Amino acid sequence: MGFSARHLLGIEHLSKSDIESVLNLADHYVDFNRRSAKSSDELLGLTQINMFFEDSTRTQSSFELAGKRLGADVMNMALRTSSVRKGETLIDTALTLNAMNPNLLVIRHPHSGAADLLAEKVECSVLNAGDGRHEHPTQALLDALTIRRSRKRLSGLNVAICGDIAHSRVARSNIFLLGKFDNRVRIIAPRTLIPAGIDALGVEVHDDMATGLRGCDVVMMLRLQRERMDGAFIPSEREYFHRWGLSVDKLGNARPDAIVMHPGPMNRGVEIDSEIADDINRSVIREQVEMGVAVRMAAMRLLAGTRRHGEEAAQAC
Amino acid sequence: MLILDNARLIDPERNVEAFGSLTVENGRISAIREHAGRAAPTSGPDAPRAVDCGGHCLAPGIIDIGVKVCEPGERHKESYRTAGAAAIAGGVTTMVVRPDTAPSIDTPETLEFVHRRAVQDSRARVLPMAALTRGREGRHMSEIGLLVDAGAAAFTDADNVVRDNRVFSRCLTYAAGFGALVIGHVQEPSLSAGAAATSGALASRLGLPAVPPMAERIQIERDIALVELTGARFHVDQISTAAALPALARAREAGLDITCGASIHHLTLNELDTEGYRTFFKVKPPLRNEADRLAIVEAVAEERIDIICSMHTPQDEESKRLPFEEAASGAIGLETLLPAAMQLVHGGYLRLPALWRALSLNPARRLGLESGRLAVGAPADLVLFDPDRPFILDRFRLRSKSKNTPFDGRRMQGRVLRTFVGGEEVFGGRNP
Repeated sequence: MGFSARHLLGIEHLSKSDIESVLNLADHYVDFNRRSAKSSDELLGLTQINMFFEDSTRTQSSFELAGKRLGADVMNMALRTSSVRKGETLIDTALTLNAMNPNLLVIRHPHSGAADLLAEKVECSVLNAGDGRHEHPTQALLDALTIRRSRKRLSGLNVAICGDIAHSRVARSNIFLLGKFDNRVRIIAPRTLIPAGIDALGVEVHDDMATGLRGCDVVMMLRLQRERMDGAFIPSEREYFHRWGLSVDKLGNARPDAIVMHPGPMNRGVEIDSEIADDINRSVIREQVEMGVAVRMAAMRLLAGTRRHGEEAAQAC
Repeated sequence: MLILDNARLIDPERNVEAFGSLTVENGRISAIREHAGRAAPTSGPDAPRAVDCGGHCLAPGIIDIGVKVCEPGERHKESYRTAGAAAIAGGVTTMVVRPDTAPSIDTPETLEFVHRRAVQDSRARVLPMAALTRGREGRHMSEIGLLVDAGAAAFTDADNVVRDNRVFSRCLTYAAGFGALVIGHVQEPSLSAGAAATSGALASRLGLPAVPPMAERIQIERDIALVELTGARFHVDQISTAAALPALARAREAGLDITCGASIHHLTLNELDTEGYRTFFKVKPPLRNEADRLAIVEAVAEERIDIICSMHTPQDEESKRLPFEEAASGAIGLETLLPAAMQLVHGGYLRLPALWRALSLNPARRLGLESGRLAVGAPADLVLFDPDRPFILDRFRLRSKSKNTPFDGRRMQGRVLRTFVGGEEVFGGRNP
């Protein structure tokens, strides 16, 4: 059970073996989480602080539950509403929290690179829970675990990522992860939502759902933020749904056993038809949520392990 | 009388370099003699003071158009004392300072304040520019006539673009009536809004809001059209993309009075330097790709771009220690302009006299100054430098109050040994 990284800032610089370590350990926690009594002391005595500079009920509760099930002391900070408003910078907040000697800092921030910046300034392990349009590593890991459990493998698959690629950190992290495991990744979106030069990341670019989905094993839908309508990215929700929303018809282009994923929360009738979202034979959306807790437990357990190992080594010197 | 002997004279006007000596009297160059090796030393108690230049380069002092000194308003970032010290240490003998202060330099009173502060605290010459519109808001014309009388060197809203074509064309027309130079920032504002990087693979991978390089071309085309309409004297502050160059060439062919500049950072760095969200490389416009950088360097070498400037923009640590999108733009450059420009010489892109056309001669000509030349009668604003001396840059040893240089830790070549303003030695030698 090796893990070499000090922080979990993104998938791009994470090694394949570190990714496998997280997934393997997470598999174990999936079973653990299905027991009726689920508490462990693996992170007992450690302090986990969730710093959320952007609202996110789902990700925050997933991290909170993951920490608590492993016995960590978990503190949530909703920073959107506190000192940040009073002009305190990210670094000031981080240094204040650092002085309280936490072991794990979980950060969600509206700007790309915020987690990297934080990691430079604090002594504990930093977990990126989403920074701007950059990365959302635990989402990609939980998606990978979901795919691996459903398809029984994580390589040689055709995966389509559909929707607002331009503003999506989920898309970027998934592109990195799936690429490392030799999958064929296609992105499908209106041209206004495809970022310039994205093909440099090794993806195929499509703007038509029918051709893009042909022969796919996995279909990942992304959430369309309502505010995109204001930026002149797309004309209307109904046109978007007509062209790029996942319907039974369009899904017919994918393999008959293709699974459908969505990071949530869903806009039913905008990027995905309810009929598919609720189809238990195709949709693994609820499994994704379950895998989320397990993956976060595994990531935190491994980071804490790296740390503890480091401390012991330091004491032995 | 002062004799600068045994020097490698860099003459941008004649585009030559030669060994020789230069004599200074009453603040001006009074004689230039070319010869191989050292002239016979003059001795005796009445002999003039002679400085042995040791075979190093002697060139006209740099005239840097577009320096931001943060007075009035943000003296904690840069004052005339610290900017002046940085300038002379970098061989910059004239700073042409920007009006994007707080408040903007948009009235004769503010301009006079700047004059006074500059005379008190800076040993480099200071020529203040004034805002083209009040508060640089692009709505009301500033008092161009009164500001010309008060000594405004040029008119610019710095990095604010006057969006309203009617307002801008009237400003250009009015300024043309005074023969005043207008300087424009050619980045189309709606495409540039919120951008922290140039669009492309790198910005997409880092997830940064980005602006396509075409934003520069769009704005320069508009400005050229309005210059054609109004007959104004116009200078483009910085060209940073290849896409803007053909437009400029057409404008010149049509005989319009347009010149343009490039910042040293766009000439020596590219977008890959921002990897890892390094905010000291966040400048405005954002750094471009390598193909654009090379196109700009080539344009300078072929004199399609006239002027190299530092775009000196001090920012304190707090405004840079933020996530990349939120961090302030700009980099300091007064003290690093010469060694950074030396990369272009050592890289074989430019010879020294050609570089000094862009650093001294062309800016002087554009602003109607007597300096910028190595000629008898010209003011003795001079820089003596060793183009080869290597060093590793330590940002905390720079004289600017703000330390936001992108060159921290970089191996550089080229050191200023002495700087003279009006014949007076203001840096080096006896002024360490």
